[in-house]
Amino acid sequence: MLLRLENRAEPSRLMVFVAPLLAIAATVVAGGILFAALGFEPFGALHMFFIEPISSMYGISEWLLKATPLALIAVALAVGFRGNVWNIGAEGQLVMGAVFAGGTALALYEVEGFWVMPLVLIMGMIGGSLYAAVPAFLRTRFHANEILTSLMLNYVAVLFLSWLVHGPWRSPEGYNFPESRMFTDSALLPALMEDTRLHVGALLAPVAAVVSWIIVSRTFLGFQIKVIGMTPAAGSYAGFGTNRAIWFSLMYAGALAGLAGAMEICGPIGQLVPTVSPGYGYTAIIAAFLGRLHPVGIILASLLLAQTYMGGDNTQIGLGIPLAVTQVFQGMILFFLLAADVLIRYRVRFDRRTRRVEAA
Amino acid sequence: MSEAELATWTAILAAMVRAATPLVFAAIGELVTERAGVLNLGIEGMMLMGAVSAFGAAHFGLGYTMAIAVGMLVSVMMSLLFAFLALGLRANQVACGLALTIFGVGLSAFVGKNLVGTPVQPLPALEIPLLSDIPLIGQGLFAHDILVYTSILSVVAVSWVLFRSRVGLILRAVGENHDAAHAIGYGVLKVRCFAVMFGGAMCGLAGAYLSLAYTPMWVENMSSGRGWIALALVVFATWRPARALLGAYLFGGVTILQLHAQNWGVPVPSQIMAMLPYLATIIVLVLISRDETKIKLNAPACLGKVFHSGR
Amino acid sequence: MAMTRRTTLAAAFGLAFSAMVGTAQAADPLKVGFVYVGPIGDHGYSYQHNEGRLAVEKHFGDKVKTTFVENVPEGADAERVIRKLAATGHDLIFSTSFGFMNPTVKVAKRFPKVKFEHATGYKRDKNLSTYMARFYEARYASGVAAGRLTKSNKLGYIGAFPIPEVVRGANAYLLGARSVNPDVTLNVVWANTWYDPGKEREAAEALMAQGVDVMAQHTDSAAPVQAAEEKGIWAIGQASDMSKFGPKSHLTAIIDDWSPYYIRRVQMVMDGTWESSDTWHGFDDNMVALADFNPAAPEAVKNETLAVVEQIRTHKLHPFHGPIKDQSGKVVVKEGETMTDAQLLGMDFFVEGVVGSIPK
Repeated sequence: MLLRLENRAEPSRLMVFVAPLLAIAATVVAGGILFAALGFEPFGALHMFFIEPISSMYGISEWLLKATPLALIAVALAVGFRGNVWNIGAEGQLVMGAVFAGGTALALYEVEGFWVMPLVLIMGMIGGSLYAAVPAFLRTRFHANEILTSLMLNYVAVLFLSWLVHGPWRSPEGYNFPESRMFTDSALLPALMEDTRLHVGALLAPVAAVVSWIIVSRTFLGFQIKVIGMTPAAGSYAGFGTNRAIWFSLMYAGALAGLAGAMEICGPIGQLVPTVSPGYGYTAIIAAFLGRLHPVGIILASLLLAQTYMGGDNTQIGLGIPLAVTQVFQGMILFFLLAADVLIRYRVRFDRRTRRVEAA
Repeated sequence: MSEAELATWTAILAAMVRAATPLVFAAIGELVTERAGVLNLGIEGMMLMGAVSAFGAAHFGLGYTMAIAVGMLVSVMMSLLFAFLALGLRANQVACGLALTIFGVGLSAFVGKNLVGTPVQPLPALEIPLLSDIPLIGQGLFAHDILVYTSILSVVAVSWVLFRSRVGLILRAVGENHDAAHAIGYGVLKVRCFAVMFGGAMCGLAGAYLSLAYTPMWVENMSSGRGWIALALVVFATWRPARALLGAYLFGGVTILQLHAQNWGVPVPSQIMAMLPYLATIIVLVLISRDETKIKLNAPACLGKVFHSGR
Repeated sequence: MAMTRRTTLAAAFGLAFSAMVGTAQAADPLKVGFVYVGPIGDHGYSYQHNEGRLAVEKHFGDKVKTTFVENVPEGADAERVIRKLAATGHDLIFSTSFGFMNPTVKVAKRFPKVKFEHATGYKRDKNLSTYMARFYEARYASGVAAGRLTKSNKLGYIGAFPIPEVVRGANAYLLGARSVNPDVTLNVVWANTWYDPGKEREAAEALMAQGVDVMAQHTDSAAPVQAAEEKGIWAIGQASDMSKFGPKSHLTAIIDDWSPYYIRRVQMVMDGTWESSDTWHGFDDNMVALADFNPAAPEAVKNETLAVVEQIRTHKLHPFHGPIKDQSGKVVVKEGETMTDAQLLGMDFFVEGVVGSIPK
């Protein structure tokens, strides 16, 4: 018996909703088996992983806080991915955004004023987009592939930040430890909910999603990007400026990644430290594709990813399940979700008659 | 050159080759995968699984040959998981690859838990007679373990197969234009699946090199991002095996040199020095990319695209 | 895993709920939480802290329940994890990396009844202690052995990052070596990572190519010891006894032993005598130790080194006792003076004879 995939004329609307549910069901079953096989209580583990982290207002606030940078970056990356602009450099752009924002916050140390915090955030966006301009320039001027340039620049940015906090920007009161001063309140993002770390910046993630949706669906530039993404040749025949699409995609993603970096240091962290991101720039790539490059999908994917990280912490604390196991579980969740996608785009047929190999 | 200087440069050369070897393996594997039109970002996960299983096999008394084979086999199994999702179920390749990395990091840490802190004997060096007596390059290039030579041979072999054999022609055809290849009658998915498996096997070698030869131990996440560098090197190489080798040696060489330069009294902070391998790779890529036509001819046109057999 | 396997559904839910509510039975074991920056499988820094945790479990048996969270990034996530531990009924929480300092301070303010202990930092509170080990004492002693054993008079040191802790260790090492062999110099190479076996090996090879014939390291993996073994030179291990990785080359190792401290602090909480304190002990409290000497090491060198250990342990000798000159030859500690703890804490200069630089 062979499994055969038949193209659907158009994506199944029903399956858009059913497929993720099936994936979750499969995850629960497989996860339960995994935990049980390793000697952990499967129901407790699943509850601890999925439900407990978000079963309080505080938990929800932390969940949204964690999902915010992922969503911000992923919705912006998705714009470029539609046009085959492979920006792998969001992590570096985030770090550079943090550097620009942090530098501004430090320069305005103890300066009061309602304008300080917005200025710091804007500087973060500028930092991120300037850094993204480097691969854009190298691609459009020298045809240097942005996968390599943007990826390599991630490492450069992290080392640059490391130098700053170990050297010139380290706190004068900090015994030469690698950290900047704590920013003064005027540079910090106000909290959205009392007694939590969720800050007003979280509101910018849905805004960014809407803006990205408008760009892709309602502007000529977005149309160009999509055409280039489908057939690069068609784009150039039609006289579209591929270069314009590249510049825009990279700098837009850079700006939002930079904003995410600025919000991390002016929100939950409150100072410049060597590690401002636990790899949001990379995880956002997963979020973008898991969300099928659609803003709504991406927000849901970011929430799911954020939740799996919290679930991983939780099962370690609550049940002593090693991080390695939760990473395996995380990988499984992603596999199931990605696999379930197939149901949206294809009909699965069980083919008994022919012996034709599916690919033939 | 004084004797001491000669010894220093010999050591730099030897260190460069060793540092580059895992990158060569992984990059060549990914290069073949991409030439067939598949982008597998799971290199890091496959490398780690290769490393931990090769180490485990050696630890439990299998010989080196068997241990390396086990590393390759496990890595191939990881790549089959990717192939099932990305080729069989046509899921998004980028996301599947990244998921494979997360999965591999976790799984290798889990299965390797009891291997932490135990040593194995490193893979012995094989000095090539006569060649290893040449000053500078003798000890620099011809006094390494078997895997280093294997990495260089694999570059030669892959070059030959890709550009001089029928198999290579089919592989490239599938990567360039899968619809045309399908029309001629080639099994696109079959070819791609083999390419993915080859990529997995090479990642297994890269991992085995790390855990058996370069730093004979197992610690979690010991590949430390080398899979990502390998991915970049494929682009750097404009999908040509020999250039991937050069790229890996360039990257390895600059890495080693910046460590030396820290003690030469260069008044530059070490973090800035450590940027050099990344910057050097970018600069060289820019230099070789200026001629647009060359790049276009090499990037597989169907890279990352889903193949629909029904059309 | 010390978890017992429970099979009945009822027990499953019971466990899930009790974990949620935070067990409130009568004879509650003391809950002790640990936060690690690396994976416990790093066989280095986090591994040693985890050994300390296991020692606590072994010492107190079922009077304690310990939990840990590994691989916690030193950014926004740390605060969430530490707060989670505090909120789930942990009585005592050890956060074991410098980057957790400000997050720990914030959580400690919010949970006045929970006791916190932060390693290697300098901020304290009523319920927040700091603790650190005087590793430099062992560095100095091992330097004595290295100074005796070197033939090239060139020692090598792989540093992770240019922070005071590492700078202090390198300085003490060279001062120890120079106390017996004034011609010795020390090449320091920054690996810019705590933990990357490949990079550490590359740094070791660079040092060996420069003619170094005793290797020391302040990074986590045993790769430098292995490199030294292949080259046939001496090496001094880090964090734990690494002799398995270099039977011929492993001279000794600087051992981090957190167990006595952890056991003592847990006992204090049980007895109700816990107070906020600043602990910075070395040989005198067994927080630091030298691993067994290599049997092939000359007996005289071993005895001389152990004599120095004894002098330091009994406070007859202080590694940073003047005169001490910096790299430029300027006297920084006058004859007869000893550096204060505050000066040691923020050390940002290399002593005379170090080849290498610290970014300013």
